[in-house]
Amino acid sequence: MTPRTKILSGLVRHVILLTTGSLVLVPFIWMVSLSLKPPAELFSSNFTLLPEHWFAVENYTKALTAAPLPRYMLNGVIVCAAILLLQIIVCAPAAYALAKIRFAGREIIFGFVLIGLLIPHQVLALPLFILCYWLGILNTYAALIFPFVVSPFGIFLFRQFFMSIPDDIVHAARLDGLSELSIVWRIMLPMSLPAVIAFSIVSVVGHWNDLFWPLLVVHSQEFMPPSLGIVTFANAETGNDYGPLMAGATLVVAPLVIAFFAAQRWFIEGLTAGSVK
Amino acid sequence: MVGVSVRGISKSFGSASILNGISLDICDGEFLTLLGPSGCGKSTLLRIIAGLEQQDCGTIEVAGIKVDHLRPKLRDVAMVFQSYALYPHLTVSENMALPLRMRRLSAWQRLPVIGALLPNVRSVCTEIKTEVARTAKALGIDHLLSRKPSQLSGGQRQRVAVGRAMVRHPAVFLMDEPLSNLDAKLRVQMRGEIKELHRRLGVTFVYVTHDQTEAMTMSDRVAVMLDGQVAQVASPRQIYACPADRRVAELIGAPKINLLEAAPRGEGLLAIAGSTLAVDNVLDFGDSVTVGIRPESLQFADRAGLNTLTGRLRYVEHVGADLFAYVDVPGSREPLVARLPVELASRLQSDQTLHLRVRCEQALLFSADGRRLSEGDGQVTPLRSYAE
Ligand SMILES: Nc1ncnc2c1ncn2[C@@H]1O[C@H](COP(=O)(O)OP(=O)(O)OP(=O)(O)O)[C@@H](O)[C@H]1O
Ligand SMILES: [Mg+2]
Repeated sequence: MTPRTKILSGLVRHVILLTTGSLVLVPFIWMVSLSLKPPAELFSSNFTLLPEHWFAVENYTKALTAAPLPRYMLNGVIVCAAILLLQIIVCAPAAYALAKIRFAGREIIFGFVLIGLLIPHQVLALPLFILCYWLGILNTYAALIFPFVVSPFGIFLFRQFFMSIPDDIVHAARLDGLSELSIVWRIMLPMSLPAVIAFSIVSVVGHWNDLFWPLLVVHSQEFMPPSLGIVTFANAETGNDYGPLMAGATLVVAPLVIAFFAAQRWFIEGLTAGSVK
Repeated sequence: MVGVSVRGISKSFGSASILNGISLDICDGEFLTLLGPSGCGKSTLLRIIAGLEQQDCGTIEVAGIKVDHLRPKLRDVAMVFQSYALYPHLTVSENMALPLRMRRLSAWQRLPVIGALLPNVRSVCTEIKTEVARTAKALGIDHLLSRKPSQLSGGQRQRVAVGRAMVRHPAVFLMDEPLSNLDAKLRVQMRGEIKELHRRLGVTFVYVTHDQTEAMTMSDRVAVMLDGQVAQVASPRQIYACPADRRVAELIGAPKINLLEAAPRGEGLLAIAGSTLAVDNVLDFGDSVTVGIRPESLQFADRAGLNTLTGRLRYVEHVGADLFAYVDVPGSREPLVARLPVELASRLQSDQTLHLRVRCEQALLFSADGRRLSEGDGQVTPLRSYAE
């Protein structure tokens, strides 16, 4: 390849990447841009990214005061952390049994896990709602957490990772005196750190942004997670006042973005460390 | 006293039967090697002894106590794996300390933060630390204690694996081809070190290998495993000189033993590869017999005669002090291998005719079913020396 075609192909590559990247980012940037503008400018015909009159302080103050946004965020943190923790506590031993312990019916049980993976959450909403009603946990944190504790995706992901860990490691651990559960916590999970991180990201992002299930089971502000909070905020407080609404949305998304940037290097390191033995 | 006793162990995976009634008594403090071709079930037997795999039938005793229903942890055996099986996320010292921590600390005491606050924990931890340090020093890895396994060379990993087995002073060491991932030079060095370790610790070693040099140089006794059974258990010298059957003779020795079909001619004579061997006629050979001749049991001879094989020299291989001559003889597809002194090199040319005299006292006879034919005490070979 001559240097010129090399530059050309690099150029084409970057143009394509930049276009798709900006397509993904435009709504997000638009949201941030709107959150900085006064109401008058929101629908103005001339397109600007930055406002003529900065209105950020007003919008963000309103977002934080008109609705209990901090409360929603705290709820989100509590719910997501509890879900993630319980998911790992349940999924890791299950995945270990499916990957490393020989017992009759193992393949059939794994088949059930795969079926669970295929069923969309919405299909189960009604039975789960009724179950929550019977358990008397509607409109509590428990209702937000309990349906997600068993994650077929988590079991599947961990099982695949545990399968790639040599049997000899498990044997060595048994000889060293570790019980089966301590093998899971002390050996398998630490060795599967990339899987744990990947699963955590998927789980936290999914449940932080989930609107469907909270909408069904929670109606008091006290327990509302951020996404649901924004919706009620939009309905009740703002009407046409999109500035504060966008400010609220920006605040809700911000923790995820910040967390991802903070963890990014570590995340990628974890992934490559796992692949190079 | 018996260190480990294996009684009638059988094991099959699905329809494949891997072990068929293995019985073996391993003395206390003995270095016993399990030698066998790849896939014959050596690792499986080792895992059964360790309790990592459940046998279909048979029992295992360690120091006279049945351990069949004991978990691996309680059997007082330690194992060094072929892949070393070090925990990649722990440092060398944590790897080595783990078996001690699991035994000396309770579940509560092992908890990360709370554990350290409980009484006694600190003193036990320092005790473990000094023991790990002492073991590491004995193995020459004390400068590596804070490294992760991925930062070690193959030989260093191997030592850490041995160290992790050593710290808890087990009654029996099980080693599954611990040297097979090392380069040739390091393998020779580690061979000596493991042997030295055995001498120093004086406990039972069961060592698995498919490398016959390792088996011959290190062991007190060698157990040859073939087709899921123990074909022979004997000292390395005996295994080589008096193999119990043809397969053992073929497995041990490099280059391989020469095997020639022979037909009895009556009157104590065997027709073999176009010439004649004189044998004792007390033995009943049946119709056919196989003669096994090790390369070093063939001598250069000037002319044909009784007990002398004649053939065409195919090529010569030099191995330092000696040379191996590959000779085509009538009636055998594979060439005969003879180990000859290197001084003969100048007199050997490809395609020349070569006479090789069989040193009768070292030749072996095998019956049609593969057993070695021997007189009485099993030590004497039945070939008669031929006085010129
Ligand atoms: N868990 C298992 N399931 C099914 N078959 C198995 C299992 N473990 C071992 N085997 C089979 O048992 C046979 C013996 O295996 P084993 O590992 O004991 O051989 P080995 O003598 O140690 O060989 P090598 O020298 O190559 O290590 C092999 O044919 C193997 O395929
Ligand atoms: Mg093996």
